[in-house]
Amino acid sequence: MEVKQKKGILKRIAGPVVTAVNLDAHMYDVVKVGDEQLMGEVIKITGDNVIIQVYEDTSGIKPGEPVENTGLSLSVELGPGLLTSIYDGIQRPLQVLVEKMGNFIERGVTAPGLSHDKKWDFKPVVKTGDHIGPGTIIGEVVETNIVHKIMVPPAIGSGTVKEIQSGSFTIDEVICVLDTGAEITMLQKWPVRVPRPVTEKLNPDIPLITGQRILDGLFPIAKGGTAAIPGPFGSGKTVTQQALAKWSDAEIVVYIGCGERGNEMTEVLTEFPELEDPKTGRPLMERTVLIANTSNMPVAAREASVYTGITIAEYFRDMGYDVSLMADSTSRWAEAMREISSRLEEMPGEEGYPAYLAARLSEFYERAGRVHTLNKDYGSVTVIGAVSPPGGDFSEPVTQNTLRIVKCFWALDAKLSQRRHFPAINWLDSYSLYLETLGPYYDQEVSPDWNKLRSWAMGVLQKEAELQEIVQLVGSDALPDEEQVTIEVARMLREIFLQQNAFDPVDTFCDMDKQFAIMKAIKQYSDQAYAAQKAGVMTPQIIGLKAKNDLPQIKFIKDYKPELDRILASVETEFIKLREAV
Amino acid sequence: MKEYKTVTQIAGPLVFVEKTEPVGYQELVNLVLYDGTEKRGQVLDTSDDIVVVQVFETTTGIGKDTGIRFTGETIKMPVGRDMLGRILSGAGKPKDGGPDIVPEKRLEITGAAINPWARGSPRQFIQTGISTIDATNTLVRGQKLPIFSGSGLPHNEIALQIARQAKVPGSDEPFAVVFAAMGITKEEENQFMADFERTGALEHAVVFLNLADDPAVERIITPRLALTTAEYLAFELDYHVLVILTDMTNYCEALRQIGAAREEVPGRRGYPGYMYTDLASIYERAGIIKGKTGSVTQLSILTMPGDDITHPIPDLSGYITEGQIVVNRDLHRKGIYPPINVLPSLSRLMNLGIGKGFTREDHKKVSDQMYAGYAEGVDLRGLVAIVGKDALSDRDRGFLEFADLFENRFVRQGHDEDRTIAESLDLGWDLLSNLPEEQLVRIDRETIEKYHPKYRKASTGA
Ligand SMILES: Nc1ncnc2c1ncn2[C@@H]1O[C@H](COP(=O)(O)OP(=O)(O)OP(=O)(O)O)[C@@H](O)[C@H]1O
Ligand SMILES: [Mg+2]
Repeated sequence: MEVKQKKGILKRIAGPVVTAVNLDAHMYDVVKVGDEQLMGEVIKITGDNVIIQVYEDTSGIKPGEPVENTGLSLSVELGPGLLTSIYDGIQRPLQVLVEKMGNFIERGVTAPGLSHDKKWDFKPVVKTGDHIGPGTIIGEVVETNIVHKIMVPPAIGSGTVKEIQSGSFTIDEVICVLDTGAEITMLQKWPVRVPRPVTEKLNPDIPLITGQRILDGLFPIAKGGTAAIPGPFGSGKTVTQQALAKWSDAEIVVYIGCGERGNEMTEVLTEFPELEDPKTGRPLMERTVLIANTSNMPVAAREASVYTGITIAEYFRDMGYDVSLMADSTSRWAEAMREISSRLEEMPGEEGYPAYLAARLSEFYERAGRVHTLNKDYGSVTVIGAVSPPGGDFSEPVTQNTLRIVKCFWALDAKLSQRRHFPAINWLDSYSLYLETLGPYYDQEVSPDWNKLRSWAMGVLQKEAELQEIVQLVGSDALPDEEQVTIEVARMLREIFLQQNAFDPVDTFCDMDKQFAIMKAIKQYSDQAYAAQKAGVMTPQIIGLKAKNDLPQIKFIKDYKPELDRILASVETEFIKLREAV
Repeated sequence: MKEYKTVTQIAGPLVFVEKTEPVGYQELVNLVLYDGTEKRGQVLDTSDDIVVVQVFETTTGIGKDTGIRFTGETIKMPVGRDMLGRILSGAGKPKDGGPDIVPEKRLEITGAAINPWARGSPRQFIQTGISTIDATNTLVRGQKLPIFSGSGLPHNEIALQIARQAKVPGSDEPFAVVFAAMGITKEEENQFMADFERTGALEHAVVFLNLADDPAVERIITPRLALTTAEYLAFELDYHVLVILTDMTNYCEALRQIGAAREEVPGRRGYPGYMYTDLASIYERAGIIKGKTGSVTQLSILTMPGDDITHPIPDLSGYITEGQIVVNRDLHRKGIYPPINVLPSLSRLMNLGIGKGFTREDHKKVSDQMYAGYAEGVDLRGLVAIVGKDALSDRDRGFLEFADLFENRFVRQGHDEDRTIAESLDLGWDLLSNLPEEQLVRIDRETIEKYHPKYRKASTGA
């Protein structure tokens, strides 16, 4: 065997990719580059050349400077202190970076992901003599309002508890000793590119309730499911992702700003502490972990950011929580891969993306799922990725490869967003493959009529699309009376049910009862309208029914029930009057 | 400083130098020609064997006899408060016959990213006096809102009108304009400079000029010099800075040229695969910082090749900026100034800066309603072309007329017409009052009763 060389020297620097020689390294080892010890990761080894992607700006670095191998893989720190944090792509806490180096992100500054000084109150849930193994929950720490469960790290192995502490500890202090001699602290380190182990993967059959009518109502996603939101710029990917981060009934939210705008992260940082989780009444920030590697931050760290995020999500899943993860935008992640790959002078695949693009995407989404944890609890990670196709053209590689993997497709449409129809999700192009598995849940938890009502609404919307084609040729007055009513009902479904204003304090979140009530109200008008038509009432009178004009307002009323009842009653009275007049 | 005469190859703007001492990545390089003239460049790739230098000027005159001096530092820019009122070249050298800038500081021109934690949220309404911006695509301090235009359209007039009229109502904090021209024509330059001089704006401005006949590669640094200056004025001297970068399309062409010279694998339509990241390193240099008084607001101009908004330049820009103002050829042909098409236009930070306590409580609703009405009217125009006006219902005819009114009265305004936000919103109400009241579904009853001209007249009449 040749002599191990922990230190090598730099041979070439070209942007975020550098080459070192005389360095003994393995793939994905973390290395320190140059005199300033910038953090990097080995991504290719050819002959004597070790190729490294550097997570910080490489300006001024010279050939001949040293490179040192840490022998570790790129890992995150997992333990109390994660919640409410905001990190860059390699888990450096941004708040600490401001304290250390001011308002701009300079390089060469390191900071651990978690505070190693802060003490947490640890309460054990196992006792001396208990047999425990990887993933067993041994105690609890109340972090924000959320109980942070302390687990046996997978690498520790099984054993019998010899000693367990109770009280105030830092994450480095030993809280539990096993008969094997293994010592357990509240800190785990986990390599980001490796999925955390589970007992088994389950079929997702519980919906993630998002409070967004078009999603819950027409294209639902399951807890542990996967969804993609593709759309051109300005069509509403970020607003939708943020709405999901705010209102979905997950217990933990990991939000990754991957190569997007700085101001959007600021928005989350200023809004989330002010908003309440509708389920717990606590500030939303308390259940949130943010990863912000904005478009102008180093591109290699952008590549790492989605792995950092999903590893944190899996860690909370392992405690038995339902976690949802938003990645905005996976296209920027793919572009980071492309940028690095082209610097490696790899053979490019479609549109310059590396040939392994599809594999990386599916490995990532495969880390979603509803699982039986090692501790035999149920937990889930739901993954929702934004996709930013160039020119808004969905035939490009990132969109296409993503669609082959995910089960929900929420297609944003520039035509709708330009008309300020929000969320601009196209109801004809979008789909959810969870409809069937989630059907029974809606049946039991919302109403036995829900699934029927949903099919009815989809039917009307599809019919409208066909009719619109005719209208484009002959004008709407030429349609038969019955179909004019269909057009009117479809318009109501679009404007009242589908449109939802993310910026209205009430409308931004709509619970299942209200969703059901709105849809039912429209169906009721529809039924009465056709009946009136049969009874000889003139179509313009049906369509112009005054009482229904107030219906859209209930979206903006918190205690909507009395008002809705009033409107439905006056709709009915107005119909009766019209029929009497015939 | 050691000088190398080991140039082995010159390709486009790139010079390859061999057998040097270790040279830093992105180091500033001086190239000394046989006749003593100096050119500047920057290291793009460095290794033991070969160093690739990107030259910021033409490579005319560079040969194997050219002396290469590595300066040992990355490109820095001298900044100081006496920059206000100065005209500099695209490389930052005085161009107005004045003295060199007295440097108070020398700053890296690449500029580090603002830590997202340190950012404050931009929410201070800037009144530009243009209705299609103020009422329907509101600009706020610290926003990056580009103008997407086409060749031959009056984007310069619009930018100048904004620069002249932009103010934060009720504020008298110091402001400055940083203007960076990249590859614009002499004629365009005259247009800008004449306006700056006429209005006295030059006093508060720093101007960087890289004209069409200046070296293309210099355009890579021009916006960075401008933004370094802007950040200095904003975050160290407390100015509210409006940065105008024009034309970003020329910048992107320069980027493509360098990519091609390096024989890189091109991305979409021949532009480099890293263009998104590169553009982000420019556009993201806007915003406000918690605890600082100043701000950097960016109003870049780009011309969409072939008026195509899906072209990589507008497309990648739109993915980074916080909205866009789209200038439209059809409106321009109709003789409407400013020919801003609100439908594809967007201001993403609008919601933060409008409403009660910022502009007026009815702002959002009026804006949404006008959008919906105009969009519907524009759609109907297509239908009328096929089936004729007679096939339309009364309702539809109402929207058709609204679209015309909207273009002729709301969009159209004078070059020096400076509307207050209240005037713009009231004008909006006037136009909306031509639609039947029950069609105003985006506005709640209470607001209608307070602002609709019908009720306003009733209450003032009483
Ligand atoms: N549900 C909604 N309700 C109200 N407005 C919305 C909604 N969704 C989107 N919008 C409007 O559309 C704008 C653009 O949305 P957003 O920023 O989410 O686009 P995006 O798809 O993320 O674009 P990009 O790819 O450039 O990041 C928002 O600023 C907002 O004005
Ligand atoms: Mg977005």
